[in-house]
Amino acid sequence: MTNPVLAAGAVERHLRARRDTGRGLLMPYVTGGITPGWTDYLRAFAAAGADVIEVGLPFSDPTLDGVTIQQASDTALARGASTRRILADLSGLPDLGVPLVVSTYYNLVLHDGPEAFCAALRRAGVGGLIVPDLPVHEAGELTDVAAAAGIEVALLASPATPQPRLAEIACRSRGFVYAVSLMGTTGERADLAASAAELTERLRHVTDRPVLLGFGISTPAQAREARRHADGVVVGAAVMRRVLDGAGPDDLRAFLVTLRQALDQECDRPR
Amino acid sequence: MPDVSPWREPVPPDGTMGEPRARGRFGEYGGRYAPESLVEACREVDEAFREAWADPGFRGALARLLAVHAGRPTPLTPARRLSEALGVQLYLKREDLTHTGSHKINNVLGQALLAIRMGRRRLIAETGAGQHGVATATAAALLGLEATVFMGERDIERQALNVFRMRMLGAEVVPVSTGSRTLKDATSEAMRHWVGATGDSHYCVGSVVGPDPYPWMVREFQRVIGDEARAQCAAELRTGVPDHVVACVGGGSNAAGTFAGFADTPARLVGVEAEGGAGAARGRLGVLHGCRSLFLQDDDGQIAQPHSIAAGLDYPGVGPEHAHLRDLGRARYVTVTDDEAVGAAVRLARTEGIVPALESAHALAWVISAAGGGDLPAGSTVLMTLSGRGDKDVSTLKELL
Ligand SMILES: Cc1ncc(COP(=O)(O)O)c(C=O)c1O
Repeated sequence: MTNPVLAAGAVERHLRARRDTGRGLLMPYVTGGITPGWTDYLRAFAAAGADVIEVGLPFSDPTLDGVTIQQASDTALARGASTRRILADLSGLPDLGVPLVVSTYYNLVLHDGPEAFCAALRRAGVGGLIVPDLPVHEAGELTDVAAAAGIEVALLASPATPQPRLAEIACRSRGFVYAVSLMGTTGERADLAASAAELTERLRHVTDRPVLLGFGISTPAQAREARRHADGVVVGAAVMRRVLDGAGPDDLRAFLVTLRQALDQECDRPR
Repeated sequence: MPDVSPWREPVPPDGTMGEPRARGRFGEYGGRYAPESLVEACREVDEAFREAWADPGFRGALARLLAVHAGRPTPLTPARRLSEALGVQLYLKREDLTHTGSHKINNVLGQALLAIRMGRRRLIAETGAGQHGVATATAAALLGLEATVFMGERDIERQALNVFRMRMLGAEVVPVSTGSRTLKDATSEAMRHWVGATGDSHYCVGSVVGPDPYPWMVREFQRVIGDEARAQCAAELRTGVPDHVVACVGGGSNAAGTFAGFADTPARLVGVEAEGGAGAARGRLGVLHGCRSLFLQDDDGQIAQPHSIAAGLDYPGVGPEHAHLRDLGRARYVTVTDDEAVGAAVRLARTEGIVPALESAHALAWVISAAGGGDLPAGSTVLMTLSGRGDKDVSTLKELL
């Protein structure tokens, strides 16, 4: 059997190393091309203590996103954002010290074909990929060429996923496992869903890969609560609502610092 | 009239339009590209449908509902005056005469019975022309379910009659204000809603699109059109089988149901799309709303905003089985313009006393323009599915005529 840590890609090794120091992982999200100087948000995220950054490639029909990220996608597309332009912006960046992961819908991956798409990600310095409408049983077409290109495809797990399938997802996921906290779309919520604890508990039985909990995590208190169950959190809509309301990189850095501090507080993990 | 995908000669031997291959594939199309949160729900629908479809009790209950509530079988009407003028023998399969006025009721009654079998108490639906929404609202009322129907704001304006009918039938109509505010966006919103409602709700998809098993299941529920028409043609046509079988294609459910009855005959199958919504004729490979198929897209891979005067054809893609039939050359997909469709609707009204839905008028427009030419030689027999009646379109037509 291969050693999972040695076999892991760069994103996963980075996240495992940070997790193993006891640190709660933070993955903020930004929609690529949302503003003219959008890459400044990435610098702000890194400065605020992000451990990995998710860049969304906007799609015309984001069927798993709630209103905030739908609006962000429309705004970016109206500005002329495209896969090509966003990746060109990323290639021009100096090393941020944290890995970049791209998320998008499968239509954009298929557009030039998975092979060309992954090669373009690689050239832009991207290490990972999340495709929310590509479930594990359809993912083979992408995962093999992604692995060859050095792109780690992180798969999503849901509260509705039965246990044997959850094990398969955890096994075939790369970088981390994206645990969807609730049965719903992306978007801010008042409380962390009860399904989050149950799902992460089930995941713990089948994998020691980093597990990031996403969907609906919007406040420091929720991040702290999520940290009790998962290795870290994904924060998307809460970031994008602020961006849509006009918040600049400094405002976002201040917001993410509050999440960073919440994750850094001592917590009693059931693990 | 641009003429798009070719037939191959001879018509390929069959096996086509049977059960999809493993993982819901029709050739390279289809599949279950659903978010993980919907995969289990799709699997449950698949399992329930397979069981139900193999159960004579279920089939009998559906057949009874189709007969006593929906008014099946629908007649096959020879279009005498129009046939004479066009020089072809045109027969109309009258889905406009079903209860609620379109073929959509065939599929909805099947899915509503399935939903009850699965213990669901609510139906979720998307609708463009409002016919699928009305059918869903009707089945829900009839069978004691709730119904929530998503509809683009633009369609709410142009199909006001159907919005009123849905509300009168007790359904909740949810306006969708994103994107082109038409069928594509209503479908996205229905899927988003289903993610949070899988426990008590069944997503009643209205065409042969969506994640596996929907394209297959909806075609099976619609195959009653083709099966009836096959038997009616056998009884009434000198040749037994028509030379051409024609239907309009939005997502492609009335066409799939019709074609299914003739897939194993030498009949030439023609799907007619709207010029501004020609997924099969001009789309490229993509994934949307849970399936891999052909979609109109821009150079960056963004889905195009379609435009058609017929709200039910205003969809940028086509069901995966049609994409496969196109690749095989078993069916051919052509397009007609808004103006041609309106002209055909008027012509049918004045020659046969039938006001068709603007969707169905597209199929007729192709027959009218092709009749007597190489694609539809003089003397051919043509079976055309008249998918719905035109009441819902009178306000659109009033502005034009
Ligand atoms: C009368 C009528 N015909 C055709 C269609 C197109 O759907 P499909 O291609 O699934 O038959 C619709 C859809 O709303 C309709 O109402």
